Amino acid sequence: MSDSALINRRGGALAQLSDTLWRRPGLLIFLLILPPALWLGIIYLGSLFALLAQSFFSIDEFTGIIQYEFTLKTYAELFRPSNFDIIIRTVVMAAAVTIGAAVIGFPVAYYAARYARGKWKAIFYLGVMMPLWSSYLVKVYSWKLILAKEGILNWLFETLHLGGLLNAYLAIPVIGGNSLSVSATGTFLVFLYVWIPFMILPIQASLERVPHTMIEASGDLGARPAQTFRHVLLPLALPGVIAGSIFTFSLTLGDYIIPQIVGSSRRFIGQAVYAYQGTAGNIPLAAAFAVVPILLMAVYLWVAKRQGAFDAL
Amino acid sequence: MTSAIRFSGVSRHYGDVKAVDTLDLDIAEGEFFAMLGPSGSGKTTSLRLIAGFERPTAGEIRIFGQIAQGIPPYKRNVNTVFQDYALFPHLNVRDNVAYGLMIAGQPKAQRHKAADGALEMVALGGYGDRKPSELSGGQRQRVALARALVNQPKALLLDEPLGALDLKLREQMQEELKSLQRSLGITFIFVTHDQGEALSMADRVAVFNKGRIVQIGAPEDIYYRPETPFVADFVGSSNVLPPEFVAKLTGKHAYGALRPESVFLAEQGHSAMVRSVSFLGAATRVSMQMDKIPLTILLPKGAVIPKAGDAVTVAWSADDLHVMDRT
Repeated sequence: MSDSALINRRGGALAQLSDTLWRRPGLLIFLLILPPALWLGIIYLGSLFALLAQSFFSIDEFTGIIQYEFTLKTYAELFRPSNFDIIIRTVVMAAAVTIGAAVIGFPVAYYAARYARGKWKAIFYLGVMMPLWSSYLVKVYSWKLILAKEGILNWLFETLHLGGLLNAYLAIPVIGGNSLSVSATGTFLVFLYVWIPFMILPIQASLERVPHTMIEASGDLGARPAQTFRHVLLPLALPGVIAGSIFTFSLTLGDYIIPQIVGSSRRFIGQAVYAYQGTAGNIPLAAAFAVVPILLMAVYLWVAKRQGAFDAL
Repeated sequence: MTSAIRFSGVSRHYGDVKAVDTLDLDIAEGEFFAMLGPSGSGKTTSLRLIAGFERPTAGEIRIFGQIAQGIPPYKRNVNTVFQDYALFPHLNVRDNVAYGLMIAGQPKAQRHKAADGALEMVALGGYGDRKPSELSGGQRQRVALARALVNQPKALLLDEPLGALDLKLREQMQEELKSLQRSLGITFIFVTHDQGEALSMADRVAVFNKGRIVQIGAPEDIYYRPETPFVADFVGSSNVLPPEFVAKLTGKHAYGALRPESVFLAEQGHSAMVRSVSFLGAATRVSMQMDKIPLTILLPKGAVIPKAGDAVTVAWSADDLHVMDRT
């Protein structure tokens, strides 16, 4: 054969397929993208739009039957004081959890990215990921025991003769309560514990990409460590912080189990959605509530982009 | 002249690794000083000791007479041009250059004016609004230079600043750096592994090996009068002749250095066997074996070029064989 010098002949259908895909890279990408695109497009986005559509219907207050007519009445209901309080409470909690997670998570991520090597890096990943391996419910109930009046935390305060301090803190309205396990502070602590890996890992990934000479250059140009943090490290790590905050913020916005187990009887958005679509059968209002976190996240990302949070990406 | 940087018995050990080993060094004010050596020889560590990124495990460093011990980098009146330039990717070029002045608390208008002036000086006027990622390697290098110089440091530390540039750009930047240093009159301390760069730019060169300075002197001294076989080989790629051979020629039992361009093909002399021939453009490099001694010579354009496997006779003038007293 004259072309045997160029072409290494290996026949078969699979080889034919490989050749075709090699010649048409677009086709390969299309085939790879198709299943996830169908999944996202139909099942995920489809249900999202179905939800959005539901929120524009209303419920007949006497019969409890859903009226399939376009109305903004359900959205107006969100602004009733009792409902609006739920939204404010949830947003404040989500913001507090996000800030708390960022403040605690950043030094951990910094240590892991900058100093941990070999064995210590493995221990770091294990330490951060291990809580994710155990059941969410087990973790939350464990925290209920830790925070209960008979729990270890209360015992620790009493032993250190700081019981008065804890009681004074719990006497503060809104964030306090009968014990930590039935206070908003307790809810905050559990949220913080459960979601913090989602803050640490993105920050760590973004810090890994900051060359060490960048920090040295800043110091070389006269910046004290605090100034280097403010002007170099934080802006460069900001995409990671934003990514982490998207997790902690949206996960807190949507959760309905933690506040039900640990915390006061004041409801969060997730609980409202659960109650309205379940026992109350008010699907439109539940849908309207569910749209709130989506809108909040959209606004949050838009503001973050406007502030240049993704410039360093 | 006053001393800009003085090392007295400075060491930097990492466990068993002696990155810098009891180093003594005196760099004069206004000098263009090159630290030359292979990677891992301690030259970059020495530079980082001056900048304050590393702390000596022993010894004393004085910067313009002041003891540097315990003074953090951000309080030292020296600035560094990093090997990877370390430009801040989230700031535009102007804010990168103005960074030191911003930290020093200069108002925005004033520091932007100074930054534009510094960019002008490195021939990058009008590039202030671009991001570092939009610049070429050579331009980034100039921005790094401007960012350091705008702070008017008393000494500028350059860590292989030309390493990432292509040959033509590198030669151009060498000349520019040299003239910049002359016009500014500040001390430049330049780390490089490229002997040509060190020889062409510096007033004085320190050759590093294994954490110590092997030889220190003017480029001509280093090149023509290497004191050890290491310097002869690393700096000039000289042929190092063993003591037995040198003893037969000169009577002195010591290593000898012979520059490749000093050897020529002759009627009479030492017989050798050609192993390989490489055309370099301006000259041709011929590697040969003279008894058991490997010998590399450079033949100028126009000379008769032997082929691999040829038996040839080589000679050199007696002055060109430099006898080294140290090993």
